[in-house]
Amino acid sequence: MIEVVDLYKSFNDQEVLRGVNLKVEEGQTLALIGGSGKGKSVLLKLIIGLTKPDRGKILINNQDISKLRGKLLKQLKERCGFVFQGGALFDSLTVFDNVAFPLREKTRMKESQIRDTALAELACLGLSGAENKYPSEISGGMKKRVALARCLVMKPEIVLFDEPTTGLDPLIGKAIHKQIRDCQKSLHFTAIMVTHEIPAIFSLVDRVAMLYNGEIIASGTPAEIENSQDPVVHQFVHGELEGPISIQ
Amino acid sequence: MVLALQTYYALVKFGAETSLGPVVALSLIRELGPVLSALMVTGRAGSALTAEIGIMRISEQIDALDAMALNPYKYLVIPNLLAGIISLPLLNAIFVVVGVWGGYAVGVGLTGVSSGTYFGGIRDFVSAKDILEGLYKSLSFGMLITWISCYKGYFTGYGAEGVSKATTQAVVLSSVTILIWDYFMTSILLT
Repeated sequence: MIEVVDLYKSFNDQEVLRGVNLKVEEGQTLALIGGSGKGKSVLLKLIIGLTKPDRGKILINNQDISKLRGKLLKQLKERCGFVFQGGALFDSLTVFDNVAFPLREKTRMKESQIRDTALAELACLGLSGAENKYPSEISGGMKKRVALARCLVMKPEIVLFDEPTTGLDPLIGKAIHKQIRDCQKSLHFTAIMVTHEIPAIFSLVDRVAMLYNGEIIASGTPAEIENSQDPVVHQFVHGELEGPISIQ
Repeated sequence: MVLALQTYYALVKFGAETSLGPVVALSLIRELGPVLSALMVTGRAGSALTAEIGIMRISEQIDALDAMALNPYKYLVIPNLLAGIISLPLLNAIFVVVGVWGGYAVGVGLTGVSSGTYFGGIRDFVSAKDILEGLYKSLSFGMLITWISCYKGYFTGYGAEGVSKATTQAVVLSSVTILIWDYFMTSILLT
């Protein structure tokens, strides 16, 4: 379970998060929606402990990640996975080595087992044949799938996705959504997915939360969010130009 | 070679041209070898190291290591630090050997100092303490260059401009630090 309580974060006097409250139950997938550059990715990085909040709590299975240090923080991070917006693949390693990297570093598996596991994960995501290519030699969609494979190969309990399908064509986007859903069914991980794929994402997730002006202004099932009467949520979800959200 | 040539004409004025070998060797072993090899490594490897780590930072590869509960310092800083500490004394040794032979080529080949005088002087005047002084300097320069280069890359600014600035800063800061640190090392080791 992930619980964010009254979370604040600023960068150079710019307050990005102003008292965020959010709860994701175990095994649920939550879509985090909101305008670009409004702090969604920052929230994900705070949840996984890549940056520290100014104040507030981030509870992962009742442990406050912002207060943890050293071995305890490491143990908690080991149970989490993060799929970065740009993939964040190691550009000096091949696709196979990128996926095998966490297995080599975090497990005591033999090289033959690592090879089998990594190749199976790549095959599962439709990347067979690309294992010897470098990240610079593959397309954006493939990079996102490799990043997904690298994350899921460790079978995390919690996965944070930062725009896993942004910039991809609808077919690849849909395929990645399906792969995430299938993996979620088999691994039963808890997930938060930052996304702009509205309304496509509504069929994939259990709950949706909207971040606006540094706060979660709405949270509920996809149907509740889609039919929300809140003018901000309504305008954003339906992509209307007229409304309380000004486009700057 | 130019050191040998300049030194020869200076020594001739005092009638001490037979000291060419030890002067060239001591200059190279104690001072020029460690400092010039360190400056070359700064320009060649230090800038590359900062750029590499900087690009890893801006493309979130360092964050990816952190998110995997892996210590980025273990993968990015420590191996480079060890490489710097090991490689700089070796490069310094090559620099000194080539320099001494270059001095030999000029001293013996062009100015007429005898081969026996050149190497005999080196054997008589260069001690293990001089070689150790050069070694200590190389070791410390290796550590300083890689530490500064890794630091600047690790905490680089945003985008290509940030990496570019970090690389420039790493080279300038490393070069200045080498020269200042060299003075302190020399003053400590000579007393």
